[in-house]
Amino acid sequence: MLEIKDLHKSFDGLEVLKGIDLKVDKGDVISILGSSGSGKTTLLRCMNFLNSSDKGTMIFDGESYDMGNISKKDIFNLRKKTAFVFQNYNLFINKTAMQNVAEGLIVARKMPKEEAYEKSRKALDKVGLSDRYDYYPRQLSGGQQQRVAIARAIVSDPEVIYFDEPTSSLDPELINEVLNVMRDLAKEGRTMIVVTHEMNFARNVSSKVIFMENGKIAEEGSPEDIFEHPKQERTAQFLSAYRKG
Amino acid sequence: MDSRIIEIIINAFWDMLKQGIVVTIPLTVISFSIAMVIALVVAVVQVANIKVLKQLARFYVWVIRGTPLLVQLFVVFFGLPSIGIVIDAFPSAIIVFSINTGAYASETIRAAIESVPKGQFEAGYCVGMNYVQIMWRIIMPQALKTAFPPLSNSLIGLIKDTSLAASITVVDMFMVAQRVAAATYETFILYCEVALIYLMFCTVLTKLQTYFEKKLKD
Repeated sequence: MLEIKDLHKSFDGLEVLKGIDLKVDKGDVISILGSSGSGKTTLLRCMNFLNSSDKGTMIFDGESYDMGNISKKDIFNLRKKTAFVFQNYNLFINKTAMQNVAEGLIVARKMPKEEAYEKSRKALDKVGLSDRYDYYPRQLSGGQQQRVAIARAIVSDPEVIYFDEPTSSLDPELINEVLNVMRDLAKEGRTMIVVTHEMNFARNVSSKVIFMENGKIAEEGSPEDIFEHPKQERTAQFLSAYRKG
Repeated sequence: MDSRIIEIIINAFWDMLKQGIVVTIPLTVISFSIAMVIALVVAVVQVANIKVLKQLARFYVWVIRGTPLLVQLFVVFFGLPSIGIVIDAFPSAIIVFSINTGAYASETIRAAIESVPKGQFEAGYCVGMNYVQIMWRIIMPQALKTAFPPLSNSLIGLIKDTSLAASITVVDMFMVAQRVAAATYETFILYCEVALIYLMFCTVLTKLQTYFEKKLKD
């Protein structure tokens, strides 16, 4: 469904992504692990064109795109097939939960308001916020805000959802409410790519785990492969550091 | 205080207030409205980084902020006729006050737009919106909230600055004060009186500002 080939990206001469290849099939839940600075977030942002890429090919639904030289129109169309959940939620501050979810449908997809609000209501119900429709982001906890952000992501029924460390800004006691929602989405067969530090999620929910190191994919495989039989020394080190933690 | 002075004060008060309502307030309201349109356009052109227009916008702000308001009034009203462009006093004042306030307000609005977190833009792009939609529906409402107090400040500044229009023959509140003072020689009392009327106007504006600021917060 989605494939990335030989993706390169540098910031001011520092190469952050050094040739990434990634294949995503429908229904995949891919967890991307790695220490900070390994390029995980940049990879995700390049895939949704929030950062430009220097070089690379994206194949989405059989169409091929040159990531280093892609038109605004293509970016615009590709983004409509995807959704993005940010570490800091990035809810529209001047809009209620309901408006946050409906905004993209009404404005970008020109859906009639009634229909958009109906869909948004369902999406908010699904993430357990049926009693928070008219709350503004500042009136919600971090976990609730992130769940609104997830509702905003699923409401357009995207082909793939990118999660950029969705629980890293949350207080420990709020992490589970977000992870549970993500677990439900995975069960439904949603295609998800998740940059995360939640080892339990990576191990129990994902269908595939990628370990990134120094701008490259160091190792990839099933959760069992990666967690039980890591082939690379560095992967084993990284995981054991987390186990101790 | 003898009855002559009391009479002067009372008569002058109504004359000045009338001219304030007929000239000073319309001059302020019209100029400020035009200034807001100019400011929005000039700010957005810069934030959106539109090549030639951005240079023009910077040039405009540079020239207007770098020259005195009184001189600008003189250039338009006394200067332009000598190159064949004659504009009446009141429209001249409107033009100058609009352009002048627009320059300052554009900087206020530009800064307010830039203070909106970048993530708001990114979130907008990720739900499929385009630049104009994001700007109009997400960024601007937040930016204008931030810009409201400093813009109120500009408005209060402008209503006082309109007194400079008297120097290009606009018969405003201050011009009335000058005329009555010249006729009666009661300069001290009359200039204090007109100052009080300006203070009155500004007090109303300040109250309005407080009211709307509270409203924006809810």
